[in-house]
Amino acid sequence: MTEYLLILVSTILVNNFVLVQFLGLCPFMGVSGKLETSIGMAMATTFVLTLSSLCSYLTYTYILQPFGLEYLQTISFILVIAVVVQFTEMVVHKTSPLLYRVLGIFLPLITTNCAVLGVALQNISKQNGFVESILYGFGAAVGFSFVLVLFSAMRERINVADVPTVFKGSAIGMITAGLMALAFMGFTALVQI
Amino acid sequence: MLTVLLAIGILVLLSLIFGAILGYANVRFHVEGDPIVDQIDALLPQTQCGQCGHPGCRPYAEAIANGEAINHCPPGGQATIQALADLLDVEAIPLDGDHGTETAKRVAVIREDECIGCTKCIQACPVDAILGAAKQMHTVIADECTGCDLCVEPCPVDCIDMVEVGVTAKTWSWDKPQGIAATSINIIATDRQAEAVH
Amino acid sequence: MPTVNMQTANIFSFHGGIHPPENKTQSLQLPLGRPSLPNELILPLGQHIGQSSRPLVKVGDKVLKGETIAINNGFLSSFLHAPTSGTITAIEERLIAHPSGLSDLCIILTPDGSDTWTKLEPLSHWQDISKTDVLAYLSEMGIIGMGGAGFPTQVKLQGAYKNPLTHFIINAAECEPYITADDMLIREKTLELVLGIEILQHLVQADHVVIGIEDNKPTAIAALRTVLNKRKSKIQVAVVPTKYPSGGEKQLIQLLTGKEVPSGQYPADIGILCQNVGTCVAVHDAITLGKPLISRFTTLTGDALKNPQNVEVLLGTPVAHLLDYAESEPKKLSRLIMGGPMMGYTLDSAAVPIVKTSNCILAASKKELPPPAPEQACIRCGMCEQACPASLLPQQLLWFSKSQEFEKAEHHNLFDCIECGACSYVCPSSIPLVQYYRHTKSSIREAREATVKSDLAKQRFEARKARQDAEAAEKEAKRLARQKATPSKTTDEKKSAPAKAAPTAAAAPATTDESKKLKVDIAIGKSKLKKLEKQLLEAQENEHVEDINSLQLQVTDQEKAIALLEEQLAQMPSATPAAPAVNTAKASTAPVNDELKKAKVDVALIGVKLKKLQKQLIETPDDQELKDKINAFETDLKAAQDTVSRLSATTESHTAASEPKAAASDELKKLKIDAAIAKAAVKKVEKALKKAEEINAPEIEAIRQQLKEAQQRADDLEKALANPEAASQNAEAQTKKADAAPNNVDADAAKKRKIDLAIAKAGIKKAEKNIQLLQEQGKDEAEINASEWPSKLKEAQEKLAALEAEESAPATAVSAPVEKTADTVAQSEVKAEPEMDLATQIKKEKIAVALAKAQINKLNKRLESTPEDADSINQEINATQQRLQRAEALLEKLIHSQTNMQENR
Repeated sequence: MTEYLLILVSTILVNNFVLVQFLGLCPFMGVSGKLETSIGMAMATTFVLTLSSLCSYLTYTYILQPFGLEYLQTISFILVIAVVVQFTEMVVHKTSPLLYRVLGIFLPLITTNCAVLGVALQNISKQNGFVESILYGFGAAVGFSFVLVLFSAMRERINVADVPTVFKGSAIGMITAGLMALAFMGFTALVQI
Repeated sequence: MLTVLLAIGILVLLSLIFGAILGYANVRFHVEGDPIVDQIDALLPQTQCGQCGHPGCRPYAEAIANGEAINHCPPGGQATIQALADLLDVEAIPLDGDHGTETAKRVAVIREDECIGCTKCIQACPVDAILGAAKQMHTVIADECTGCDLCVEPCPVDCIDMVEVGVTAKTWSWDKPQGIAATSINIIATDRQAEAVH
Repeated sequence: MPTVNMQTANIFSFHGGIHPPENKTQSLQLPLGRPSLPNELILPLGQHIGQSSRPLVKVGDKVLKGETIAINNGFLSSFLHAPTSGTITAIEERLIAHPSGLSDLCIILTPDGSDTWTKLEPLSHWQDISKTDVLAYLSEMGIIGMGGAGFPTQVKLQGAYKNPLTHFIINAAECEPYITADDMLIREKTLELVLGIEILQHLVQADHVVIGIEDNKPTAIAALRTVLNKRKSKIQVAVVPTKYPSGGEKQLIQLLTGKEVPSGQYPADIGILCQNVGTCVAVHDAITLGKPLISRFTTLTGDALKNPQNVEVLLGTPVAHLLDYAESEPKKLSRLIMGGPMMGYTLDSAAVPIVKTSNCILAASKKELPPPAPEQACIRCGMCEQACPASLLPQQLLWFSKSQEFEKAEHHNLFDCIECGACSYVCPSSIPLVQYYRHTKSSIREAREATVKSDLAKQRFEARKARQDAEAAEKEAKRLARQKATPSKTTDEKKSAPAKAAPTAAAAPATTDESKKLKVDIAIGKSKLKKLEKQLLEAQENEHVEDINSLQLQVTDQEKAIALLEEQLAQMPSATPAAPAVNTAKASTAPVNDELKKAKVDVALIGVKLKKLQKQLIETPDDQELKDKINAFETDLKAAQDTVSRLSATTESHTAASEPKAAASDELKKLKIDAAIAKAAVKKVEKALKKAEEINAPEIEAIRQQLKEAQQRADDLEKALANPEAASQNAEAQTKKADAAPNNVDADAAKKRKIDLAIAKAGIKKAEKNIQLLQEQGKDEAEINASEWPSKLKEAQEKLAALEAEESAPATAVSAPVEKTADTVAQSEVKAEPEMDLATQIKKEKIAVALAKAQINKLNKRLESTPEDADSINQEINATQQRLQRAEALLEKLIHSQTNMQENR
């Protein structure tokens, strides 16, 4: 049980995928303009990440490994992720058209979100088991959501603040992200996995 | 050779399974119509003026949902474009001048002694805001008039004027303060420079 | 708390607030002043919140002091009275005391100096009559809230009846710096105030009556206590610490009761009523003295005044008059403010009048009220939050206001802001926060109004569309019904059976089919309705206001649609049993005749539409859609014509059943009609072809094809016409009918043509009239040409010419045998087409020339008869001559090309 908890703490805070491992920066900068959008994106990503880490684990363990086809992991993971994203897109389209519209291109872009593939690959390299894989994916997603929502809330305020002209827009966003990353360094050595 | 075939076979199998899942999901989560149209429609000014080239606001909403530019609505003006841009998460672009220019709010007024009672304007009015009968004088219900101009063209005696709705003490609204940029003392040096360049 | 001391109350506190310098002593040095009558009184019609009053007087009327000069205009409105006796000199737009500096309609009263009161009718028995009557009386006395907002008092009191009142609070706090009008009022009219409060308490019956007063008015408090003790009143005096803005209604309520008025609600919703002291005195004066609200206490203060003081001033007195009275020093005066320094607004002009809500005129010197410091960036110090008496987040609201995020601003309760200015006062960056909020509030209000309006427009648009659709659907249904009914008839015809039961038999299944369809429709509609209602319920539960509105709309629509369908269904069965009953020959002919009529109308309608479309096509020759439409219409037309012919056939066959001899002739007639129609179609297509050629339209080929087809049809019909003629054994009947039929056709066609002629002439007249109009307006030729009228005129003239030509030509052609016309048509098609085209054009131009000449003659005549209009008529003549020249030139050209053509041949 402690181990599972440690996995969550590690992925959410210590080894945060965005601010520590610098994976998934594209949606982090792209969808953080509005709080509502970022919450939607966070939820979609959480869903995709968890599901895809599960699916990729199953694919790897029960299809690739028995046939000794481990070298196919990248291509088959991409396949898995693509399917999960497509699936999510359909579900979101059906259940929340506005979110679908607002997420726009970013939803299909989850496919190319390196965090998703990164989680799947790290699961393999860390030789995580079934539950660990799911937790690892889920934790990574929660960490991603956490910083995304935080960041978008900050950006909303920065957008209306009196920022020096040269720093306006993305520039101040980058600086903020950097400061956030610095802050997250404080979690280092909190847990070691 | 066998491993190659095996690898290909496994990948094909995987693709088939996933394809089947997606196919099922497509049927299960099929979306009827486009609910976004309603939301776009709600943002449009509902003047039904047709200046966008569509017969009414809803058709334009549908067109926007299908990818038409959001800047074809002169009555809504920049505010509508901004609202649409926010909704659709696209860039707000300036109004397309081909479809007309943004004017102050206007209402149609019939010069009643010149009206011959032809009912043509009544037929043209998209919101039934003109009152009258054949060979009787017509008049515009000012509160219902959307200022769409559509009644002006059909009038055979040109007795319809579009009158700007002036600001009265009741409809007056406070100006937005000029903000920091308008004042001369900018504490941030780069802002001062930017101003000097302009 | 036990009621040991009746005159003290528990005091609570409210969040925030500030302590600006009070500056109240200046205006309390001098006793209450009473300025002289000004030269004129300006009485704005909109002194209160809500609808402006309606003037009762007209210019020149003499009025007495206290006479009603304007009455309320709706529920939320008020009366207005003459503040003194005099004459109404104008009712016009004048500058009013408003932050916008705009003008509004005002009644201008010039005093006669005698100040004669009208007959006063106090409501002495106010305790005995119903409260509603008292309220109505208050409304007629023009009493409104004098604290600042100007809310009609009777409306506020009515609102207080919603809930039993626990507290009736009299607002005497007067927290704004400089202002001492209420202080002076309490000192001067203590008894009146208490009596007024008692009257109001009688009206509202609150558990506690509390006067809330700031501790910086000791004289007033003492005066109040004396009077209350003397009267052994239960009214409590609650002395609150001086803090701005304790005089705000919601803040005072919080101070005195500890209750907070919930966001978006009124004090009455939590059982509290608040009235200003001024209002109470006005109520007393109105009820016990019968005096309407015609004057008020106003503070004149500021460094620019030599004699700052309080005055009792007549409403409508110009501010300039008061400034003179208090001896203002123009040199020192830098800003003239109506109201206090916190919530007041700058007056651009001293010509504005005192109104019912003007409590202070602040003539400030530059030192006293320096111009606002320039706005600087927010440093997020949070002092505004500390100062906000409404417990809002001013800084957040500022960001949202700046970035126009109205939804979020509303979400942060922007509308709970009382615009007290405390946040701006404390802001170290001198940000005019209140200005931002005011702007955002008015933007949101505007947006809301726009939404309401657009919703209304949408509703009306959709209602209109539904109506039009219903009309179209009805037509379509009728057409379908006919189409369904006709095939069975034709088969009957083929069998040459007497065709009696057939139409009804056909009609019956048709109706059952239709009723089935209707039932299905109803079922679908009901299920939709259910779904919508479910959604509505959900939305109501989740409190999605916008959703609820739209859903409710949809639900009502759906209900309406179902009702309509059911109605149709209900009519259906009545039609079905009726149909079989129609079994006798006599009865069956009638519906067929009706249907025939309808079908003919249809043919006419489609024809008209087709014409319109063809016209459009000529204007925009490349429009594929239009062409498709035309094709569709043509098939429609064909179908409709078929129907007509079939139906007429059936009618005839009915008669044939009884009179076999007439049958053949009837058929002949029918065929002839068909032939005529076909020929008309040929003509029409030819015309279209011509026009197409004129403009080199690319679809000439298609039209030619159509023409061929039409001619084919005409030929076929003629052949058919020949056959029955041969088959017919009764020669007499045949000849009779043969004679009669074309005559009828001729007559009809002639009539139609005449009507067309008349229309075309009317069109020309109109166009000419308009051109004339333009000329009268002094527009030059170029402008006139730019307008569409000349082209319209020309068009109309061409049409007229064509029609006239047609009338003369067919006059001979029609009387000739049918075959001959067909022949000529065929011939014309073969070669003479371009030539004919030219010929008609020449004819047209000739007519145009003739017309223009005639017009010139007419105008000349008119010139003689009315020489005073010489200018305009001359202009007209010139224009007509120009037209004539143009026409002649064109004519020449045309003739030239015609001769050329002939030579070429």
